[in-house]
Amino acid sequence: MAETAVEQIRVLVAKPGLDGHDRGAKIVARALRDAGMEVIYTGIRQTPDMIAEAALQEDVHVVALSVLSGAHLELFPRVVEACGQRGITPDNTLFLGGGIIPVEDADRLKAAGFSAIFGPGAHTGDIAEFVRAQVPELDRS
Amino acid sequence: MTTETADAPQSELSGRLAELEERLLAGDRRALARVLSWVESGDQRGREMLRALYPRSGRARTIGLTGSPGAGKSTVTNELAKSFRRRGQTVGIVAIDPSSPYTMGAILGDRVRMTELYSDDGVFIRSLASRGALGGLSAATQDVVHVLDAYGKDVILIETVGAGQDEVDIAGAAQTTILVNTPNMGDEVQTLKAGIMEIADVLAVNKSDLPGADRMVSALKALLSLNPDRGWDPPVVRIVATQGEGIEQLTEACDSHFEELQSSGKLEAGELERARQQITALARANVLNRLRTETGEQRLADLSGAVANRTADPHTAAAAWLAES
Repeated sequence: MAETAVEQIRVLVAKPGLDGHDRGAKIVARALRDAGMEVIYTGIRQTPDMIAEAALQEDVHVVALSVLSGAHLELFPRVVEACGQRGITPDNTLFLGGGIIPVEDADRLKAAGFSAIFGPGAHTGDIAEFVRAQVPELDRS
Repeated sequence: MTTETADAPQSELSGRLAELEERLLAGDRRALARVLSWVESGDQRGREMLRALYPRSGRARTIGLTGSPGAGKSTVTNELAKSFRRRGQTVGIVAIDPSSPYTMGAILGDRVRMTELYSDDGVFIRSLASRGALGGLSAATQDVVHVLDAYGKDVILIETVGAGQDEVDIAGAAQTTILVNTPNMGDEVQTLKAGIMEIADVLAVNKSDLPGADRMVSALKALLSLNPDRGWDPPVVRIVATQGEGIEQLTEACDSHFEELQSSGKLEAGELERARQQITALARANVLNRLRTETGEQRLADLSGAVANRTADPHTAAAAWLAES
C-alpha cells in the first residue's frame, strides 16, 4: 500500500466569483473522495487566475467549478482561458461545471471547453463515473 | 512494478524527459508540477528525473509543521511563507492530508488557508495525500522535497497531516520541526506524554489571544525545563496566525535553531540520518513489492488462513512468506 504505480485521479474543486454557496461544491468534493479520488478543495471566492494557478501546481486531471449566482457564462470560460495561458487545456484536463445552469447555456459552455455540465438533480455517482471514464482519454504525456 | 538493482546502468534520460528537466531547471512551473506527479506515484519516469535532479538538491532549508487537527498549521504555514518571501527567499510548500483507508480518496484542503500566496510566483504549493502512510507524511514526501529543492526553492515548508501523539516522522524529514499548539489543549499531563511533544525544535502557541494561553505557555516551558540538555532549548513563541502576530519571532526562532544546527555539526548528522531513513523506507517498500507477485499474494492468502485458524502463528507465517518468495 505504501508504494503504488497507479496514478491517482486528482480533481480541483473550486468556486470562482463572489457567491458563497459552497454546499454543492463540498458535496461533490466529498462524493469524488468517496469514489477514491484526491480532491483539492480551494474554497470560495476564487479568481480565474487563482484557480488556474492551483490547477497548474497541483497537476490535476480535472477542474470542477461550481457557480450558483448565475454568472457561469461569464466566469467558467474565463477559468478555461486562464488555464489555457498556462498550458492547461481541454486536451489534457477535464473541465466540469456545476450549478443552476439552463440547457442552452450548457451548450455554450461545452463549446467553450467544458466536457460536461451537472445541474440540480445530477447524481454524484454519475459525476464520478464520468470522470473515471474520461480521464484515461486525456493527453497526459 | 519495476524493480531496479543498484548496479543497473544509469539510463540516459530520454529526449522527452531531458526536455522536461531543462524546462524545470529553467523555472517552468508546469514541468515541475508534472515531475512531482510522477515522483509521487512511483512512476519510472519520476525515478529517472529524481536521479537526474538529486545532485542539484541539498541547498534548501526545510521546516516541518505539525500539530493537532485545527491547531492552525495551514494558517501558520501561510504566514511563515509570507515571512520568508518578505526576505526575498523563494518558498515551496508541501501540505499533506490523510487518505481514506477504505477508498484511498482524500480531501486536500490546506490551500483554503493559503489563497493569498497563489498570485506570488515565488511560492509553489503542492498538496499530497498520505496514501496509506501512518507517520503524518506520505511515502513520497521526501522525494517531493528533493525535487522542489533541486528546482531552486530556498525554503521548503512541510505541513503534516493533523497529528495525534505519535505521528513523529516529520522530525526525521525536516531540519527544523515546529509544533503548533493552542491554548486549552488539555491538562499538564498531556504535555508530559512521550512522542510528538519530544520532537519539537520550536513550539508555537497559536490562537494565543484566547484564554488559557498563558497557562499553556508556562506548562510547555515547565515541561521543557525538565528535558535533558540537548544543546538546544526549544523556544515557546506566542502567535496569532490569523493576525500575523508573532510570526517574525517564530521565523527568527527557526533561524536560531538553524544556526545552532550549523554550529554544532547537527546539520550534517541530520542529513545522514535522513538519508539512512529514506534508504531504509525505500528498501522496505521494495521488499514488500517483490513479495506481492501473484504467487506471493496467493501464498499470503494461504498463510493468512493458517494464522486465522491458529494452525500457524503470525511470526512463523511472516518468516515463511519471506523465505519462499
